Amino acid sequence: MAETKAPTARPLSPHLQIYRLTLTMMMSIVHRITGFSLYVGTLFLAWWLLAAASGPPGYAKFEWFAGSIIGRLILFGYTWALIHHMLGGIRHLIWDTGRGLGPSEREWLAAANLIGSIAITALLWLFGLLAMGGPR
Amino acid sequence: MSEASPKHIRTPLSRVRGFGAAHSGTSHFWRQRLTAVANIPLTIAVVVIIVMLLGRNQAAVAQILGSPLVAIIMLLFIASITTHMRIGMQVIIEDYVHDETGKFVLIMANTFFCIAVGLASAYGILKLSFGV
Repeated sequence: MAETKAPTARPLSPHLQIYRLTLTMMMSIVHRITGFSLYVGTLFLAWWLLAAASGPPGYAKFEWFAGSIIGRLILFGYTWALIHHMLGGIRHLIWDTGRGLGPSEREWLAAANLIGSIAITALLWLFGLLAMGGPR
Repeated sequence: MSEASPKHIRTPLSRVRGFGAAHSGTSHFWRQRLTAVANIPLTIAVVVIIVMLLGRNQAAVAQILGSPLVAIIMLLFIASITTHMRIGMQVIIEDYVHDETGKFVLIMANTFFCIAVGLASAYGILKLSFGV
């Protein structure tokens, strides 16, 4: 048998990194990331409900954390993730009917999803902060 | 084979074709859509409830959360989102974890987490609602 040559560098099938990042690609991964974040964030929801059920001292602890800078950041991120994932879900439900898959339609839907989630989050927080009597 | 009745003329393959394993091949897909649809009105309702509760003290929050309509909406929301997130996380695990043992353990942990968070949340709501 002839001596074996070093294995030739064969081409591998192309993966994500060879493609130019597009808006729909980014929205796909963001849908998964927001879903993952919402999953972890249910701990915060459970804490809120259990704190409310536990009485004033327990609720005060929750309020202290939720009102802190870290708590507010988590809640702000959670609001955006929730709205973004919900609008993204509506986009998926539209796609399930076979509509909105054309090149211009899917770009438009992706942009509407992103702009919509940012706008609704901003409005909710504006409204929420006003309801609480200013940013404090 | 002498007792074979006419319905057994069909081969096992032809009987299962189109159903998937255990006739439930599309159950995850379908349940994910079902809970997605349910999540939309429930999430909107819960966001409205949370905005209503902002800045209120524990007594007021407890009273509103425990009131029948709000409590039922919250329970439906918890049931729907925990079902939805369990399926979603399982898809993520199946996509990224290729080690069989690790995948098995994570899928189990995923189920435990979703049920624990769901039941703990439901317990909080029910406790307020029943005033125990």
